[in-house]
Parts: sequence; C-alpha cells; structure tokens
Amino acid sequence: MAGSSIMENLFQRSLEDMIKSMRLQLIGETTFISKATEEIRREIKSTDQQTKSTALQKLSYLSAVHGVDMSWASFHVVEVMSSSKFAHKRIGYHAASQSFNDDTPVLLLITNQLRKDLSSTNEFEVSLALNLLSRIATLDLARDLTPEVFKLLSTTKVFVRKKAIAVVLRVFDKYPDAVRVCFKRLVENLESSDPLVVTAVIGVFCELAAKDPRSYLPLAPEFYRILVDSKNNWVLIKVLKVFAKLAPLEHRLGKRIVEPVCDHMRRSGAKSLVFECVRTVLTSLSDYESAVKLAVEKVRELVVDQDPNLRYLGLHALSVAVPKHLWAVLENKEAVVKSLSDDDLNIKIESLRLLMAMVSESHVADISRVLLNYALKSDPGFCNEILDSILRTCSRNLYEIVVDFDWYVSLLGEMATIPNCQKGEEIETQLVDIGMRVKDARMELVRVGRDLLIDPALLGNVHLHRILCAAAWVAGEYVEFASNPFELMDALLQPRTSLLPPSIRAVYINSVLKILIFCLDCYLLQNDGSGSLYSGNLEGEQSELFSAKNDTEATKLATCGGSNYEQDVGFNPRNIADSSEDLSVENGIDRVATHGKTFTSTLVAGKNFLYESIVSLLNRIELIFGPLITNQDVEVLERAQNILSLVQLIKEEIIDNSVQSVDTVEKKDTRVSTIINLMRDTFTTELGPVSVSAQGRVAVPEGLVLKENLDELQAICGDTELSSSSSFATGAPHGITISDGSSSNLLQNEELGPLNESTSLIEHRKRHGLYYLPSEKSEIVPDEYPRANDPKSNSNINDEAAELVKLTEQSLMKKRTNQTKPRPVVVKLDDGDLAPISVKRPEPRDDSLSGAIQDVLLGSESGPSVSQSYPSNKSSRKQKEKKKLSSNGRSEMKENAVDSEKPDPERANSSSKNHGHSKERKHRGKEKIVEGEERDQEGKKKSGHGRGRRKTHHRAKSPLSDPTHILHIKQVQKSYVETKASLNTKREEEK
Amino acid sequence: MGIRFVLMVNKQGQTRLAQYYEYLTLEERRALEGEIVRKCLARNEQQCSFVEHRNYKIVYRRYASLFFLVGVDDDENELAILEFIHLLVETMDRHFGNVCELDIMFHLEKAHFMLEEMVMNGCIVETNKSNILTPIQLMDKTS
Repeated sequence: MAGSSIMENLFQRSLEDMIKSMRLQLIGETTFISKATEEIRREIKSTDQQTKSTALQKLSYLSAVHGVDMSWASFHVVEVMSSSKFAHKRIGYHAASQSFNDDTPVLLLITNQLRKDLSSTNEFEVSLALNLLSRIATLDLARDLTPEVFKLLSTTKVFVRKKAIAVVLRVFDKYPDAVRVCFKRLVENLESSDPLVVTAVIGVFCELAAKDPRSYLPLAPEFYRILVDSKNNWVLIKVLKVFAKLAPLEHRLGKRIVEPVCDHMRRSGAKSLVFECVRTVLTSLSDYESAVKLAVEKVRELVVDQDPNLRYLGLHALSVAVPKHLWAVLENKEAVVKSLSDDDLNIKIESLRLLMAMVSESHVADISRVLLNYALKSDPGFCNEILDSILRTCSRNLYEIVVDFDWYVSLLGEMATIPNCQKGEEIETQLVDIGMRVKDARMELVRVGRDLLIDPALLGNVHLHRILCAAAWVAGEYVEFASNPFELMDALLQPRTSLLPPSIRAVYINSVLKILIFCLDCYLLQNDGSGSLYSGNLEGEQSELFSAKNDTEATKLATCGGSNYEQDVGFNPRNIADSSEDLSVENGIDRVATHGKTFTSTLVAGKNFLYESIVSLLNRIELIFGPLITNQDVEVLERAQNILSLVQLIKEEIIDNSVQSVDTVEKKDTRVSTIINLMRDTFTTELGPVSVSAQGRVAVPEGLVLKENLDELQAICGDTELSSSSSFATGAPHGITISDGSSSNLLQNEELGPLNESTSLIEHRKRHGLYYLPSEKSEIVPDEYPRANDPKSNSNINDEAAELVKLTEQSLMKKRTNQTKPRPVVVKLDDGDLAPISVKRPEPRDDSLSGAIQDVLLGSESGPSVSQSYPSNKSSRKQKEKKKLSSNGRSEMKENAVDSEKPDPERANSSSKNHGHSKERKHRGKEKIVEGEERDQEGKKKSGHGRGRRKTHHRAKSPLSDPTHILHIKQVQKSYVETKASLNTKREEEK
Repeated sequence: MGIRFVLMVNKQGQTRLAQYYEYLTLEERRALEGEIVRKCLARNEQQCSFVEHRNYKIVYRRYASLFFLVGVDDDENELAILEFIHLLVETMDRHFGNVCELDIMFHLEKAHFMLEEMVMNGCIVETNKSNILTPIQLMDKTS
C-alpha cells in the first residue's frame, strides 16, 4: 500500500506539469480537460495526503479557469482541509472557498474543523478559516462560530483582527443575533489606533449603514472623529459614504460635517477622495450652498479634464445634482454639449441625459432641432438614443413641455425620415395619441401623415411601417382636415402598399374606407348645394341651406350618437367610462361644423368632387382591392370585402342616376345619401384617449362566471371567429341583391341595406377603435430601396460640434418672451392616464439585524421598532457626541457656537448627562448577561443541536411574515370552510 | 458588499483569474464573464474605464495583454477601484517581478491569496503591499 502511494506520488503530474502540457496539448482543450479530470478523479481517492492535495489543487485550477464542475469532490475537500500540514490545508481551504455554497451537504462536517482552526495559535491557519467563513458562512456556521469570532475581534494580532472584523459582516447578515454579542467589540475597534483595523471596521460599517442607516446614527461621533483625523484616503472615502447615508436623517449632522468635507475637498490631491466629497455634497448636503458651490467648481474641473474617466464622472456628478441644482448643469452646458461628440458612448449618453434634463418649454424646440441634426450624423446606436430621449422628454406628463404641437408633430415626421430611426413604435403611439388628445394639432398631423404616406420609398423601410400605420390611421380619422383627400387616397392605394405586413395593410384599407365615405359625402352635399342654387324643386328636408342643414344634421347626429352609444354598451368599456354620450354628441356637433367649413372651403377652392373623379375613385378602389379578396390574412380580406361591396352598391346608384330620369335620380340620391350619412355618422364619433383603468370600471355583470382557466373559452372563441368571418362573406352580396331590387323595395332597402352595412362597419370600427394598433412586430422586408433622407457627410464633425455649442448656447440663453400661439388644449382624463404606479412596497428591511443593533446600541429592552426608540436614540447620540467633541479641543469652539444658536435642547440634554452614563453602565452589565446566555445556549445546542437550529430558523423568519397576509389566508380558509359546510348541507338535503 | 467580483482576462477573452464575492453557479459565471468581456474588450484607450452592466458597474483597466475587471455596486467610488486595481498589479509586480499573464497562470493560487489578503467579503481590508506579501512569502519559505 505504502509502495503504491509512493509510486502514485512519483508519477503524479503536478499543477505546473498540467498547465504546461495544457499549453502544448494537441488534442483540443475540452478533451484535454476531460482527460485531466479523469486523472484527478483517480488520484484524489489516494490515501496519500500529498497526492490527494495535488489532485485537488489541479481540480480547483481547472474549476477556476475552465469552469469544470468540482462539486463532486466536496468530501475530498473536507479531508484535505483537515490535514495537519499547512500546505495541504491551504489547498483544501482554497478549494472550499471556491466551490462550497449554501447547498453543499458537507458544510455540516466542517464546523468543528473551523472552530479548531479559528482558535489555532498559528495566525495563518486562523486567517484561512476566517477567509473561508467570510465566503461560505451559513446560518448554522455563523451561529456556532460566533464565540470564536467574538474572541478574535479583540485579539492583539492585527493580521487576524482585521479579518475577523470583515467576517463579522457576513456573520451579522446570516445570524442577526450575533449582533448582541459582537457589536460592542466592533464599535470598540472603531476607536482603535491601528489604521488597518480602522480600515476594516469602517468598511463593515459602510456596508451595514447602506442597508439601514438609522440604526447607526448614535455612532456619528466616532465616524466624525475618523473623518477629521484619518489620513487614509480609503478610510475617508468609506466614512464619507457612511455620512452620505446618515446626513439626510439628521440635519444637525449635516451642519457638523459640511466643514470637514469641504476641507478635504479643498486640500486633498487624490481625485478619488475629491470625487467622493463632491458626490457626498451633491447627494446629501445639497442644502449647504457654499459646499455645493465648491463641489460644482470641482465638477467643472472634472468635466473638462483630458482623462475620459474624469469626464465621465464629472457628468455623472452633474446628473446627481440635476434635481436640486439645475444651475450647476446650466453653468457647465458648454462642456456637456461638447461631450455629445465624445469618442465614448457612455460619455455621450451621460451628456445626452443632462441635456434633456436642461430642457424647458422655452427652448425645447431649439434643443430638439440641434439634437436631431446630431442624430442624423451619429452612428445608429447613438442616433436612436437621441431620438429616444427626445421622444421621452417631450411626451413626459402628457406633452407637458410642448407648447407648439404643430412643431412637435412635424418633428415627429422628421424623425421618421431619419435613416437610422428605429423608434417606429414610440413615434406611432405618440402620433395617434396626439391625434386623440390635441384637436388643434390634427390639421398638421394630417399634413405630416400625407407627406409620409405619399413617399413610396418609405414603404420599403421595415422600421417605418409602424409610423406609416399611424399616418394612415390619422389620415383616415381626420380626413376632413386634408387639403386633398384624393391625393391621400392615391397614397393609400399605391401598389407598393403590398410591402406592408397584413396588420398594417388592414389599417390602410380602413382608412381608405373612411376617406371614401368622406368624399362621397362631400360629393352628395355639393350636388345638393348646387341643386339648391340652380333649381328650386328639390325636396325640402334635404336641400336646405348649409346652416340649416348643419343644424338638422347635428340633431340627427345627436340621436345617432345616442344609438351608437347604446350599441356600444356591449362592447366598449370606454364609452361607459365617461359620460360619453354628451361628450360624443358635443364633439359630433363640433365636427359637423368644421366639416361644413372645410367642405365649403374645398368647394370654393377646387371643386374636387366632380362626378368623374368620384367614379374613377370607385373604379380604382375596385381595381386595387379586387385581388385582396384572396388575401391570406383574415383582417385584410374582410375589410377589403366590406369596401368592395359598398363600392358596388354606391356605384350602381351613382352611375345609374346619370341615365335615368330626374325623379329616380332624386330618389336614388336620397337613398345613397342616407347610407353615406349613416356611415359618416358612425365615423364622426370622436375617439378619445382611453383611461388605463377603464376596464376596471366596468362592473362585472351579475351571474357572469369568470373562469381563471380559459382553455375552454379559447375553443369556443375559435369557433365563433370562424363563423363570423364566413357570415361576413355571405352577408355582403346579400345586401347587394336587395339593393338590386326595384323602387318598391326601397323602404325595406333603406332600412336593411344601410343598417346591414353600418352595423358591420360599426363592428369594424369598434375593432379599430379598440385594437387599432397591432401589437405584433412587422415582418421583415428587405430594405433595398433608397432612403428618403440621406445622412450628411461626416467630414467636419468638429466644426459642427462647435456650431452645436453655439447653437445650444443661443437656445439656452434665449428666453422666448412672446409666444405667438396659446398652447392648445390637451385632453386629459381625470385618472389613470398614466399607467397605474404600483404601490411601492416598503423594502423588506432587515428588521432582525437593525433591531438587534438598536438593542445593543441603546440598551432599550422593548423596541426594535425604529419609531419607538428614536427619541431616546437621539438624546443618547447627542450626549455621546457632546462628550466626544468636548474632548476634541479643536472643534470645541464650533460646538459652542452651535450651542449658542440653539440653546434649549442641548442644555436640557446636558442636565441629563448623568442619567445617560448610568444607562450605559447598565447596558454594559446587560451585555455581559447576554453573553452568558449565549454561552448557555451554546451548551444547550451541543446537546440538542437540531432543536436549537429550528428555533433560530423560526426567529429569523418571523419578522418577515406579514400579519395582513396571514389574515387574508385565514379569511380564505374561513370562506372555504363555509362553502364546504354549505355543500355538505346541500348534499344532506338531497338525500 | 462593495466589490462583487474580480476578473483577469487576457486579450483573447480567456479568463485567467476569477474571484467572486457572492455565490454564482458555474453557468451564471460563464454567462456573466462572456457578456462583460464582450462589452469591455471592444472599448479603446480613449474611452472611459467604467461600464454599466446589469446591476453592476464594471471598472476595468488594461495592463499589457491583461484586462483587470472589477464588478462593484453602483455607489462604489470608481476612482478608488481603479487605484485598487493598480495596487493589485503593483503588488503582483513586486512579487513576481514584472508580472505577466504566464505568472498568473502558473501561480494562480498565489494570486488568489494576494486578493484574499486585500479583499474580504467585498471590503478592501489591506492596502499595504508589504503587508499583503508577508504571509505569501512566509508560505513560500515553509513549503
């Protein structure tokens, strides 16, 4: 046996051999690694410690560098750890710290080994154990080893003590009760004269204070002393971090530390310390003007530095200052703008953020213009960053910042034509949203929409499809603002629309329908109008003058709106939400009025609605949409079918009437105009923004069973969807056959035909109103067409940057005094316009930890609860502070000055000084008792390990469980029991 | 926890040393390292040494063919971490004498021990080069 182990030892490859051969290997890395792992698996089973540990060493190398799993070797790790030879032990500990985690089963085996090594006389063994503990300590390990760590906290060997201090952080985290034992000593270390110990302990407090700063307020005097006395930059940075957390909680603290912090800022040559001071001032001491001024001065130096790191941090610091000190950013605007052309994307983004923070309504237009020019010549990534930030800033709080919506809408249009633009979805949403919310912007919206729609090149760009979708919708919805509806129609019907994905195509088709109705309506009105001008013998009701006609239409619309409303009830929660009946009717009247106006203007201007043009329009629609009947997509097919049947219906009426006698012409005209009127009325109902909470306001009808599992429902829905589409297909020709009939059918036809049509259209519209904007991604179409807007030459970026600085400077300085236009009304819903902000849940604070710390610090027996113990907390803090400061001669003067400023509370406290001392003494006494208890407990634990563990588990978990939650569960249980009981009784009754 | 992890990666993106101060599984580590290496190695000298990644801030510095990457919490002082990296490199330099990638490859354990002396639990506990190296030299002597 001995012989074989020697042989093993001789022929084993050392770690170095393995690394060397791996560098020379020819068989491929993975094969080599698996071979080596096989070898290790064999060697690690050896009884020889040397062989075993070398194998383990190789394994941990492979695991660290090549990610080989070594969890299988955990038992061998424990074996090597317990070796008596330090070189082996070291390898074992290293492997353990690398591979063990909370779920490693062998963790239970190492407690005693760790305890032994922690109390070893060899400080390197202790250090190994501490290192391991800091990485893998679990609740059990932390609890069981707390006494050892406690002892090490006051050892004279600094090498060990500093590590013990660092380990405490993990121990507290896992086992909060350790605070009762160790905290006092930890605090004592804060006063240690050894800089190493202070470094370690302040690091621990920095981490502790980040989680729950309030508990450490009483220690402020100690921290203050370090802040004033320490010469070590690492320590100072950490202490500043602690104060950055503490100062907002106690304003007197800010007054005290602001001077030393400024002192460091002025004197220190270390950039890291200066920067930390700046950050502390800007985040936590922002009320102290002189300090902030000094900090901003420092930031200015950073922002213009050669070093990109400092520039980045400078900008970062400015962004911290934004909420309270915007002037700091404005002062540095030049540097900020210059950073937009930095080499580094991170710096560019940071400066962009700052730039957007500076924007206000007076110069949003100028800045956006500048940025847009900038986006044109940036790389795609940054270009979209710019667009994104413009879009976000301008749409913030319902376009709060935008005054001139015509400008904004045209800006959106311009963004769409930037070649790298990938913000289609956002632009789409905003275009539609502005259309619904801002009435005055609709004219411009339609203009912008037209420009986008009419350009055939844009159809080839996949990223623009969503924007085109919005443009098409806008063009259809607000067609009455269009200068030339026929042009729009041409744009929507152009052959390249076949490049669009079906969902957007469907929107196009529906817009065509809306524009068609508008044109026909205008045409008929025109005919009526001309009729009234040239011949007097037209029917009374229909051929009134415009004003009168508008009135009747308005009343008609009112009723129509009402009926719409009633029909809508079933589908549309939006209408239930507001008192939409009144609203829609009002809007309707408005709309009719404007409609009349634009109609007259177009009539005067161009006489566009000639008979021929209408007929050619109808023909073209038929021609283009004819093939769509065989389209694969249901939505496209259905909508195209609807339009086609309508076109056929109207065509017959209109084309026929030129041939037939005057009498029938009138009758038929009337019929068509009724159809058109009805259809137009469906379209004139104003669409408004929908509140996010609208759905919630719809009461669930009684007797409706809401199922959580909708699998069944889906099957049913699938059926109905199919049947409805098929009924559409048969329904449309049916309408035509009726209209085919003679004039005897007229009455029936008038009732049936239009109604048929209009209900189907209402259906359609509802679908559109609700689900207009398809959510799925547009299909990818190769982008082979030239882009509309070519980027400018990149040649003189620097010149342009300088120009940009000038421009922004102007724009930032210039206050626009005269606003030519008042800001238009933006429709806002009273609630839920913005997505409901989920109620912020208070973070699960580490109550047990902070509670324990407060207990130790304050000696208060009852309350770990912060609010209860706070008053006493304050007074004790002050006493300590006072004690410290009076011992510290230098700051005594200041203290006095403060004293004279606010005499009352301090005096009152100084009278109770004695009391405080006694309290502390008492507290010390208790500390010892607690310690004793801990020992007792430990003794018990040895006897009943499992029980003790369960107990602590319970204790650690209990603060987390929410009482309301429990209540809720109880209620549920109760109702469950009740229903069960009622069921039982029912069953009994049945029997 | 201030420091979350320390990585040393060569120009080719191979990890040479990885020390994590919070537990991640092997897969998570590999994914994280891949993402970070892709992000940081593509940057040039004129760009700043700070990269935001997931919820970490990564502070990195390049020395010859080796990248030193340190993942820290968001409120950690970036410049201090840069100084820490430099300190680490200087310490290794003093021990190995003009440290290079191979030194770290063949003495990975030692590099780990140096780091362990400097950082515990994510807190920097030792910033004195001779203090860091004393135990390592002692270990060298005994073994």
